[in-house]
Amino acid sequence: MADEVLDVKGLNCPLPILRAKKKLNSMEQNATLEILATDPGAVADFEAFCRTTGNTLVESREDGDVFAFVIQRTG
Amino acid sequence: MSGDQNAKTMSIIVTKGALDQAYPPFILATTAAAMGLNVTMFFTFYGLTLLKKDLNLKVTTLGNAAMEMPMMGGHMAMPNILAAIPGAGALTTAMMKDLIKKNGVASIEELRELAVEADVNIIACQMTLDLFDYKREDLIEGPELGGAATYIEVATKSDINLFI
Repeated sequence: MADEVLDVKGLNCPLPILRAKKKLNSMEQNATLEILATDPGAVADFEAFCRTTGNTLVESREDGDVFAFVIQRTG
Repeated sequence: MSGDQNAKTMSIIVTKGALDQAYPPFILATTAAAMGLNVTMFFTFYGLTLLKKDLNLKVTTLGNAAMEMPMMGGHMAMPNILAAIPGAGALTTAMMKDLIKKNGVASIEELRELAVEADVNIIACQMTLDLFDYKREDLIEGPELGGAATYIEVATKSDINLFI
């Protein structure tokens, strides 16, 4: 279970990334954030976001129409 | 700015002010800022209108041959002869705003606010201000005024420089 959950379902690029970044900023180092999105572009974007910022993409999965990502704040 | 001297940097020259053309610079600037880059946006010519306090952005199909609006399961292109009819611009603007809302795309006002919040460095072109007779108080709070040299100084130090 992630420490926090962020629901960005229905939002399109770049809002899922921007909301996630804002949320991560408010969290402790090494805490985990689960993000729920419906934007298919978010799959590649969260990978790129994590590679660039040094945060860790712990999990990326698809539950029906919803894409779920778990990011650990390591950046 | 993130204040990190080692952070990557990006600059964008924003020259266009139509609703659709306002998206790429604001999306890229806010995303780059979220990814830890120090970002500068230089607003010049029609791009400067994107810094006005009150935005009333429009889109036109006139001269935009590639524009196709999704409609009734298909796509509607609009030849120039139709696009030039009075009201055609208002119609496509309304359609575009509807699409933006339906698809969960942020408004330009929202993206602009997010850019300011993320400490994107905003430069308003002084020459454009003079040329089109705008006043500083017509623009939002925050942008510094500057010219080509101000931008070039930023660009020489930037990892990424875009012209949009």
